[in-house]
Amino acid sequence: MKHATRMKAAAFALAAAGLLGAAMDAAAQAKEIFVPVLVYRTGAYAPNGVPWADGFVDYLKLVNARDGGVNGIKIAYEECETGYATDRGVECYERLKSKKPVVFNPLSTGISYALIDKVPHDHIVLITAGYGRADSVDGADFKYVFPMLGTYWDAADMLVQHVKKKGSLKGKKIALVYHDSPYGKEPIPVLEALAKSEGFELLKLPVTHPGVEQKATWLQIRQQRPDYVFLWGWGVMNSTAIKEAIAVSYPRLQIYGVWWSAAEPDVLPAEMAAKGYNGLALGHSAEKDNPIHKDMIKYLYDKGQGTAAKKEEVGSVLYNRGMLSAMLTIESIRAAQGKYGKRVVTGEEVQWGAEHLNLDAARLKALGVEGMMQPVKTSCMDHAGVHKARIHTWDGSQWSYTSDWYESNSKLLRPMIKASADKYAAEKKFEARDCSKAM
Amino acid sequence: MTATARNLTFAFFALLVAGAVSPMVIGSARFPQWLEVALGGLLTGVLYSLVALGLVLIFKASGVFNFAQGAMVLFAALTLVRLMEKMPLAVALAATLAIMFALAWLIERLVLRPLVNQEGIVLFMATLGVANFLDGFGQAVWGSQIYTLNVGMPKEPKIILQGTFEGGVLVDMEDLVAAGIAAALVAALMLFFQKTATGRALRAVADDHQAAQSVGIPLNRMWVIVWSVAGLVALVAGVVWGSKLGVQFSLSQVALKALPVVMLGGFTSIPGAIVGGLIIGLGEKISEVYLGPAFGGGIENWFAYVLALVFLLFRPEGLFGEKIIDRV
Amino acid sequence: MIYRETGQFKTTYASDQQLFPILQDRVFVIAFLVFAFGVMPFIASEYMFRAILVPFLILSLAALGLNILVGYCGQVSLGTGGFMAVGAYAAYNFAVRVPDLNLLVVFILAGACATLVGVLFGVPSLRIKGFYLAVATLAAQFFIDWLFARVKWFTNDSSSGSVSAPPLAMFGHPIESPAQKYLFVLAIVVVFALIARNLTRGAVGRAWMATRDMDVAAEVIGIRPLTAKLSAFAVSSFFVGVSGALWAFVYLGSWEPLAFDVNRSFQLLFMVIIGGLGSILGSFLGAAFIVILPLALNQLPTKLGIGLSTAMISHIELMVFGSLIVFFLIVEPRGLARLWAIAKEKLRLWPFPH
Repeated sequence: MKHATRMKAAAFALAAAGLLGAAMDAAAQAKEIFVPVLVYRTGAYAPNGVPWADGFVDYLKLVNARDGGVNGIKIAYEECETGYATDRGVECYERLKSKKPVVFNPLSTGISYALIDKVPHDHIVLITAGYGRADSVDGADFKYVFPMLGTYWDAADMLVQHVKKKGSLKGKKIALVYHDSPYGKEPIPVLEALAKSEGFELLKLPVTHPGVEQKATWLQIRQQRPDYVFLWGWGVMNSTAIKEAIAVSYPRLQIYGVWWSAAEPDVLPAEMAAKGYNGLALGHSAEKDNPIHKDMIKYLYDKGQGTAAKKEEVGSVLYNRGMLSAMLTIESIRAAQGKYGKRVVTGEEVQWGAEHLNLDAARLKALGVEGMMQPVKTSCMDHAGVHKARIHTWDGSQWSYTSDWYESNSKLLRPMIKASADKYAAEKKFEARDCSKAM
Repeated sequence: MTATARNLTFAFFALLVAGAVSPMVIGSARFPQWLEVALGGLLTGVLYSLVALGLVLIFKASGVFNFAQGAMVLFAALTLVRLMEKMPLAVALAATLAIMFALAWLIERLVLRPLVNQEGIVLFMATLGVANFLDGFGQAVWGSQIYTLNVGMPKEPKIILQGTFEGGVLVDMEDLVAAGIAAALVAALMLFFQKTATGRALRAVADDHQAAQSVGIPLNRMWVIVWSVAGLVALVAGVVWGSKLGVQFSLSQVALKALPVVMLGGFTSIPGAIVGGLIIGLGEKISEVYLGPAFGGGIENWFAYVLALVFLLFRPEGLFGEKIIDRV
Repeated sequence: MIYRETGQFKTTYASDQQLFPILQDRVFVIAFLVFAFGVMPFIASEYMFRAILVPFLILSLAALGLNILVGYCGQVSLGTGGFMAVGAYAAYNFAVRVPDLNLLVVFILAGACATLVGVLFGVPSLRIKGFYLAVATLAAQFFIDWLFARVKWFTNDSSSGSVSAPPLAMFGHPIESPAQKYLFVLAIVVVFALIARNLTRGAVGRAWMATRDMDVAAEVIGIRPLTAKLSAFAVSSFFVGVSGALWAFVYLGSWEPLAFDVNRSFQLLFMVIIGGLGSILGSFLGAAFIVILPLALNQLPTKLGIGLSTAMISHIELMVFGSLIVFFLIVEPRGLARLWAIAKEKLRLWPFPH
């Protein structure tokens, strides 16, 4: 009986502590802007998810530590583990929603898709920097969704532009090795359209989640001998693809990864053998010496407050991407404050901020990220803000840029975006905004 | 089994083989490619067998369908790769093995013994719980990054028979070495089961728990031994797969790959696991490469299961399974 | 003392065979339903509705369906995720291709499609059983996943393969707010639970249970294994299909085949076994356990103010979850429903156990 009493007491204490914690959370909220961080630090995609999350959180920490917040308003944040699973992502969204978040960065195309329907009702901005739904560039139909820096349709077009430079694509063969999920399938419509206009043959080779089984895929590549392979993988699928490419002697020089397939965790397992592998760089590659990185070291890591386990991770490709995602989030908040006042802004106000983001070269320099991204200017018509990227190549020990900037062909993509976004609006039975009237 | 069913089975497999071999007959130019695919399939199949072997060993001795085998593979590989950072390979191997043995003992003590005599499905669920635990534990202790496991496997492929065919036939040396290791392990296990006293005792336990117990074979110790052996198999599988794919979380998914293999080969047959692995590996790759494009690709995953399923419909006891007269 | 049926006399067959023969049970169930329908919508938070109650109810329905198959008929299935996917995609296609179709009709048609597929993949159960059948149903799981990922017609030519449900409405009333969604799902689940309860008490249910307990004996007393097994697959798949449609339409809103992958099948099997095989109540208890436990484990450290990294929390969540599964299986292999039954039995004798 005594034991039972003790258990009861413990349970009571637990519940009380929970309540107390909740109350304290509520008290802390009022003076801070809450930015939720959806991450995956465990499971099949953790090797890629961890550096992104570290970069994201580090930037928020830096803003608080160095600048004392955004215009004096501190940023509160909380991580929530999604494991790259859509239902867990939705649960995280619902869980963190009660804290009045202004911006979500889901870091998963699947979760983005699920949240796209939810954010307009909750007035929360969804920033999907470098991923998400390609047609959400159209702000008329997707008011709260911002695929900043570029979409997979941009990526597909720019990759084709790059390989086209090496000679006409007429009669050539391009194989697309893709993750069999919305993420991997996103580029297909654009590549199919380009295959028609450029006259190349497109081989579509799906790889089932999580992507450790690719022998048959690469044997097919060996037989078909495509001139180029585009790799649209994530997590372990990337490193496996490179290893299988080695195992069938497919030249790494002819493989091009999208920006999610071209980071350190993808090439390191194959080590030197991955030499010559190319990837699209979403503006940035692995860069460690920008002012922002020095600040990270100075304000966080030298004081032992960094998120990453090792200082060396600062500046790696995915770390940088997480960092820039956080920066776009913060800048959207700052833009909202510029219009609505330097206070805790709401999701609706941040929507305005994200839609009127204007980061020109001078501003990027001031932020300490010069050279890591191209100037971004968003509008109701264009929620991405920039459609540029360049190629970087792995030389066996590091990434280096091997091409100029490309800009995706808006003549090709615009009509496709419009058609697809309108179809979405029709399916969802809502009226699109009129962008000419949007303030 | 009726004669019709047998004939149908033969017909099905004859068709399958005909389909698989057709590229060889139709045009000799495609023959080297076909050979590459077949070889690749067989070598992959050996790796499947390796995981299936762990499943079969445990099922035979303790009647447990051990879903945690995949998690054990991951755990063993993670342990090894992280220990290798601190000590030489041989020491790390020994230490990992010791940890796997300890794990086997713990599983027997904490999970199996309290659940003795429960229904198969309950035991199966318990191993799923163990799998969850190991996934979390392994990552908590050793981290969830991707680690490179380098045990000196060859990475570059070799082109053979260049004189015979134009372009030659490509052989993945890494897979070949892996297959060699797997074969050696199987041979060693066979010897262990056939020639040693412990092996004979294990076979006795597999045949009849009660009879074995009544002649003085200690069941509990046998279970510890068989789970230890499964731990050893997991370690070997972990080394082979880990060196191929890098050591990361997805290694635990290879357990799913072993399921159609045991279904085809029978849960209780070691040769079944091996032959089943070869058939599944071969069937998967050939179907993906030659049928896949017609279906839009990505069919190998379910094709293995359908292959095993169709086979079972005609021969419910599996390839080498024990023939139990049970017709309902 | 309170829970005792002394003095409750049954004077007709009907009263003897009613759903809950004990008055206290009846009162309890009715009170619980009144609470669920009448009180819960006013007191629960939005998070409670959206992230806990709705998924819990929907997965309970799926677990109920699976329990009919595994618990009542003894056919182990690992293809549940696939059958849920069939329901979800069928509902999507009906809703998109036949606009203005009543939502309930859509869900019932979705269930019917899942039934067809379920019966088809149930055919092997006539030849093989046990773990072989379990692995064989994985064929359904992987095939269906592949089918919806590959065949564009099913996704209405969506370029990414991800589809999203049209807005929910019933007889012109939109179902938007969390409380509305909750009530909608609750109503459906209650109806289905009632159906399940009655089916399992009737001739069909007895045929299933006889087949489960000993198939040869069942055959001897005139139960056709073909009808018994396939009807179990049919009913089970119907339930699962409807729950898949609900999961997609009400919970996720937008989904891809990965939402119904093999892990979902394992999760549901967990629910059924932890909750209790062959028990309607068990399906609900199991679903509650599996849905809420990981979330609670995940949030507990933060709520307590223990500064653990997200990764560590997730790893601990996995470890504790795994251990608790093993623990519960050891304590009561027949599931939480059995614990409940024991508690009731004790209550009957209380306070004089001898």
